[in-house]
Amino acid sequence: MAVTAGARRQQFQADHDQKKVLLSIRKVTKYFDEELAVDNVQLDILEGEIFALLGASGSGKSTLLRMLAGFEAPTEGKILLDGEDITDQPPYQRQINMMFQSYALFPHMTVEQNLAFGLKQDKLTKDVITERVERMLKLVHMEKYARRKPHQLSGGQRQRVALARSLAKQPKLLLLDEPMGALDKKLRTEMQLEVVDILESVGVTCVMVTHDQEEAMTMADRIAIMDQGFISQVGSPVDVYESPNSRMVAEFIGSVNLFDGRIIEDQEDHMVLQCADLDCPIYIGHGVTSGVDERNMLFALRPEKTLMTREQPEGEFNWSSGVVHDIAYLGGHTVYYVRLPSGKVVQSTLVNTERRAERPTWDDPVYVHWAGDSGVVLRS
Amino acid sequence: MKKIDLARALPGGRRLVIALPYLWLLVFFLLPFFIVAKIAVSEAILGIPPYSAMFEWVDQTLNIRMTFSNFSWLFSDPLYITAYWNSIKVAFNATLFALLLGYPMAYAIAKAPSHLQPTWLLLVLLPSWTSFLIRVYAWMGLLSNNGVINNFLLWLGIIDSPIQMLNTNFAVYIGVVYSYLPFMVLPLYANLVKHDNALLEAASDLGARKWTSFFRITLPLSKNGIIAGSMLVFIPVVGEYVIPELLGGAETIMIGKVLWQEFFNNRDWPVASALAVIMIALLIIPIMLFHRYQNKEAEQ
Repeated sequence: MAVTAGARRQQFQADHDQKKVLLSIRKVTKYFDEELAVDNVQLDILEGEIFALLGASGSGKSTLLRMLAGFEAPTEGKILLDGEDITDQPPYQRQINMMFQSYALFPHMTVEQNLAFGLKQDKLTKDVITERVERMLKLVHMEKYARRKPHQLSGGQRQRVALARSLAKQPKLLLLDEPMGALDKKLRTEMQLEVVDILESVGVTCVMVTHDQEEAMTMADRIAIMDQGFISQVGSPVDVYESPNSRMVAEFIGSVNLFDGRIIEDQEDHMVLQCADLDCPIYIGHGVTSGVDERNMLFALRPEKTLMTREQPEGEFNWSSGVVHDIAYLGGHTVYYVRLPSGKVVQSTLVNTERRAERPTWDDPVYVHWAGDSGVVLRS
Repeated sequence: MKKIDLARALPGGRRLVIALPYLWLLVFFLLPFFIVAKIAVSEAILGIPPYSAMFEWVDQTLNIRMTFSNFSWLFSDPLYITAYWNSIKVAFNATLFALLLGYPMAYAIAKAPSHLQPTWLLLVLLPSWTSFLIRVYAWMGLLSNNGVINNFLLWLGIIDSPIQMLNTNFAVYIGVVYSYLPFMVLPLYANLVKHDNALLEAASDLGARKWTSFFRITLPLSKNGIIAGSMLVFIPVVGEYVIPELLGGAETIMIGKVLWQEFFNNRDWPVASALAVIMIALLIIPIMLFHRYQNKEAEQ
């Protein structure tokens, strides 16, 4: 487990207790032949939240989503929607709708007909269908395109139609499969916020699958990091970024510098790690104390939480000397790759607040340092 | 833009590649058609060739003789109209049967695991590796009064006397549907195999059961495959000669058979040619409609 516990987490816990659980995934396991795709997943999704399953390809996130939609049956475990066991329900009976990665718009139908398709299956009257289709078109700002066919629309427009179609039946749960996967980067950031706005205006509960951490962090209230069919960590975007609970999560979300260290002091209010790569020990403003037998720990430090200077920092903890090995200028900030005396390369981010400021350049001797609560201690 | 650049880069080669098939069509299709059309407007005579010349040079005058009596003759005798009508009826029904049989086959192949699909397709094509004629003769052996099917039913005791199957329209339909089924299955398969499974999942997700998904999604999306397969069956069946000749009886009057009789029994080349010209005209209408429809589809 991560070793930090903050007020934020407690706040979240309080929210968690108040809200109703809408979807309950109970010990769901899925094998494809002999291959384990989803491994004993236990998750509760709260009413009204946007929940992201984040993982690399092959992590089982899509399989889990497809089990929620009903396209795959779990090998073991149960799925409950609003208290009702839907594990054996076919897709067409579930009050769950999905927006497909490819959008899966029916190419031979107009936008209107696409939106009406699901409503017709419910045997609604014509007036109700027309009214609902119009409302959905308005919701996604596609009124002008009602008579177009999918191939006459741009990628972003298709996505709006796909979203409207999946919302048209007013599902209890909305599933988004890589919602921005088919859009280019610029449009993606635009649509991320717009989709969240639409989802919040409708108030639908949403589970999305993505491999893009930025997308997950922008859109979701909570994120589950999946790895090899298993959920490594569940938490708010801040939780998973600032308090990763494992090396895998720390490395998967954003960039991180990892140091192998050995506990040389462990108290209630602080601890000290000895690290072979660094010039001096690491001081951390809390302890791991109770019940830790092993002395080897992993120290995870985000690049933006380090400072790089030309002068040697004062104090006997939390710094190291090095030389600038490489520089990646990214406009808003610059990533410096600093080579430590041990040969290990550490990333340090500098925000470019000044235009063309004088900065260390290649092969300059520099010092990297950080504050006592900047990093996270993980079990190695 | 790209197209223009390409044309500029290889003008010679490109034209040559396009010219070759056109030349082929010109020499082996268009030219023979004009010869047939020319014979169709001549008069039958006793001689070699058995029709009158179109151009005559007499007293420094070029006489062009064209007669349309062959065409009016075709419309005056109900035999020919019946033959045309029957051919179109048989072709239409056979296309329908082939579609009803071929669609499920193509669908099953397209849905089969991808490593099995080549084998299934091979099985569809396998009969074509033997001669068409031999396969039709095989059906004669199966359907005749003394044939395999009748003997088997007699042996089972289901019937007391053989059922007349050979030399009936029924036999013609069996022969035609059997022979042309691959032409229906292949374009349908080519269409169905490209369908995106996500569309069916989306339909199911939106509340549609299997049959609804099929009728609202799969069937409309396979329209082009249906049209292509139907054309490939309908067009050759209209002019089919071998199958009605071998499997059909006196009741089976089809245009291919009538044409053959005019050519070889009556040696009336002009009338036979007129028959052929009208048949081509009849077939060109649906083909042109099909092309116009396709172009419209492509424009969209």
